[in-house]
Amino acid sequence: MNLSGSHLVGAIVAAGMFLAGGASAEELRVGLAQEPSSIDPHYHNLGPNNSFSMHVFQPLVIPDEKQRPTPGLAESWKPIDDTTWEFKLREGVKFHDGSDFNADDVVHSFERAPNVPNSPSSFALYVKGKTVEKVDDYTVHIKTEEPYPLMVNDIWNIYIVSDEAADATTGDFNSGKAAAGTGPYRFVEWVPGDRIVIERYDDYWGEKAAFDKVTFKPINSAPARVAALLAGDVDVIGEVPTADIERLKADDGVSLFQGVSNRIIYLHMDQFREKTPFVTGTDKNPLLDARVRKAISKAINREAIVERVMEGVAIPAGQLLPEGFFGVSETLKPEPYDPEGAKQLLAEAGYPDGFGLTLHSPNNRYINDAKIAQAVGQMLARIGIETQVDAMPANVFFTRASSGGPDNSPEFSFILVGWGSGTGEASSPLRSLLATYNPDTGSGASNRGRMSNPELDALIEEALQTVDDEKRAQLLADATDLAIGELQGIIPLHYQVNTWATRKGLTYTPRTDERTVALMVGKE
Amino acid sequence: MSVFIIRRLLQASLVILVMSLLVFFGVNVIGNPVDILINPDFTQEQREAAIRALGLHLPIHEQYFVFLKNAVQGDLGISFVFGEPALKLIVQRMPATLELAFAALFLSIVVGIPLGVYAGLHPESVAGRTIMGASILGFSLPTFWVGIMMIMLFAVMLGWLPSTGRGDTVEVLGIHVSFLTWDGLRHLFMPALNLALLKMSLVIRLARAGTREVMHQDYVKFARAKGLSRRRVVLVHVLKNIMIPVVTILGLELGSLIAFSVVTETVFAWPGMGKLIIDSIQLLDRPVVVAYLMIIVFMFVTINLVVDVLYSLLDPRVRLQDLKE
Repeated sequence: MNLSGSHLVGAIVAAGMFLAGGASAEELRVGLAQEPSSIDPHYHNLGPNNSFSMHVFQPLVIPDEKQRPTPGLAESWKPIDDTTWEFKLREGVKFHDGSDFNADDVVHSFERAPNVPNSPSSFALYVKGKTVEKVDDYTVHIKTEEPYPLMVNDIWNIYIVSDEAADATTGDFNSGKAAAGTGPYRFVEWVPGDRIVIERYDDYWGEKAAFDKVTFKPINSAPARVAALLAGDVDVIGEVPTADIERLKADDGVSLFQGVSNRIIYLHMDQFREKTPFVTGTDKNPLLDARVRKAISKAINREAIVERVMEGVAIPAGQLLPEGFFGVSETLKPEPYDPEGAKQLLAEAGYPDGFGLTLHSPNNRYINDAKIAQAVGQMLARIGIETQVDAMPANVFFTRASSGGPDNSPEFSFILVGWGSGTGEASSPLRSLLATYNPDTGSGASNRGRMSNPELDALIEEALQTVDDEKRAQLLADATDLAIGELQGIIPLHYQVNTWATRKGLTYTPRTDERTVALMVGKE
Repeated sequence: MSVFIIRRLLQASLVILVMSLLVFFGVNVIGNPVDILINPDFTQEQREAAIRALGLHLPIHEQYFVFLKNAVQGDLGISFVFGEPALKLIVQRMPATLELAFAALFLSIVVGIPLGVYAGLHPESVAGRTIMGASILGFSLPTFWVGIMMIMLFAVMLGWLPSTGRGDTVEVLGIHVSFLTWDGLRHLFMPALNLALLKMSLVIRLARAGTREVMHQDYVKFARAKGLSRRRVVLVHVLKNIMIPVVTILGLELGSLIAFSVVTETVFAWPGMGKLIIDSIQLLDRPVVVAYLMIIVFMFVTINLVVDVLYSLLDPRVRLQDLKE
């Protein structure tokens, strides 16, 4: 009796949900913090564009919400030798314009992606060094010169477009003339600055889209975005400011969803100049000494930053990526707060009275960036490092931080920055931030501290040529242990946690790549 | 006369030239757009390629000469971000801004003049004082804050009006306008009111001062002595005379309504030129910033030129002065 009763209740609830789902929520309106600059999936290789492309276009392999590869237009893939990967393509897939998907479209897309005219940020990054060969209509081989384990993480950025529209320009995509992909939604219209509209594609090969129609509205101003959700003008928003989270939690009409991202907020220190411009009170560059870098790390109370500055919405960090990501170290934990130990290390290094330092930070790039910098400054003052904080808009900061000094060297001595791992594993931050700066090989491109350690370089190099997953994970973990644990090449602060808000009745599955995507929205 | 106009035109083109120089070099000093536009995963070589693709590897004065050469032919450059002509992007968004500016102008006149005249006729009354007090608030409260408060009140708490965007538009002579649909009007009202508040306060003050002055003039006394109704005295004799300063000032202020609707457009996500320029500054999209400011300078220069020409037509002394020199 009891059993059947609960069954009955379950059935009624299920029926109610079904009716509610059927009657409402046909249209979804999403408030975007940043508008894409084009509909062309090969035009601008940057977050807002790549997020939008996911609805209409698809790559061979699709990164899921945790940036793990899942089958897209390729049903399966495997390396067949050291330098060749084989992709078996999905059969029976149709583009929105009715044409059939096959290997020719893949070859065409890989040719088009790096060569779009006027592209401000090209997709050449992912195509370089790869040759795509059609084996038969539903098999392609991608060859590289060297063994290349990150094949899948690279090609999931290349969206496949139809080769029927081979001459399509970016303008043809924006107007909708050529914007045919294979995704669960088809493109309807883009009114720049006002809205982008997409609608369900009924012949989609996979699970059909949850909404008949999705409208994206760009609302850059964070308070206006929150207000639009509260007013019921949009159903989902991304990049909820931490200051509004408490208020939204108290609102019955709103649900919040939070997830850790692949982005670490960290401090980078000048480790290449004998005399560094923003250090005072000493003739040397104290940041060259690993003991000083360790002391700074010990002086920072990460719990307090997370609790007070981030309102609890962040996770203290001890390495480059949060637990659960590929290639992270098992042993590294967030450095405990230890001001006494920090002072002792400073004294050992020859700076018992500390020194003066300026911390430079952007003020509109990461969540609460300038406030974090101020908190760090105060904490360092307690161990005798008198710290000034200089925060500036991102458009000024990044040029100066990367190449503002003489001969395009980094200008600052001590900076607060963030890094999101586009590949979703540890080689991305290791290679960009900690490997030796070398324009010829492309390593260390964002190594603004110019740290250089041959042993570390060798480990990273070896990892990037090791196709075997288990071995590579171990090599990356070892490299992280060396770079952070021993050398303290950067000082990790915390992993950014992102917040999305929906109206009651909807859910959002947080993505580690921070993207706001309608495909992640579900009905309760 | 023609000497006068030619001289003014030369002055105007000089202003535009200096402006382009200032903006071009100014934006360049802020930072390198490539650092904002490229994917952080780029290698040094790819970053270098991106810089070349945008022509930013050339010395700045060479970039400026290329820009000047194209500008003379009407090409103000290609947006770094959108890859489309900067002029096209701005013109695309111009109707939305113009609509907002004219709606705000309309609101400030139809609300401002009656209130101002009333306050001028009854300066000591409670209503008159309240109107004047409110106009001080209209002057001094920051637009951004007022906008957010209006959204909180009318959209979030009362739910009467939508908080964001432009709503349905209708195409009239190839231009999309929102004031002809109910949905569009609802979207237009709050941003227009927000933008109008400052001008409204200005009109109230002008109308009040004018009314108080005119009410003591001989011709008003005469009209009343003649036995005209109070209604006719106010609506015909007073109103006509206070309109001269109001129209003069509002004509000049229209330019600033169009050019500086930036804050309102950002708060209400209104897809106009102001929002475009703010986004472009953040992304260091130099061609769009330069083109926008040059268009605005051109607009102001044109307005001033027209005013000057009208003056010289009305007042021969202006012309004579020019000839004597």
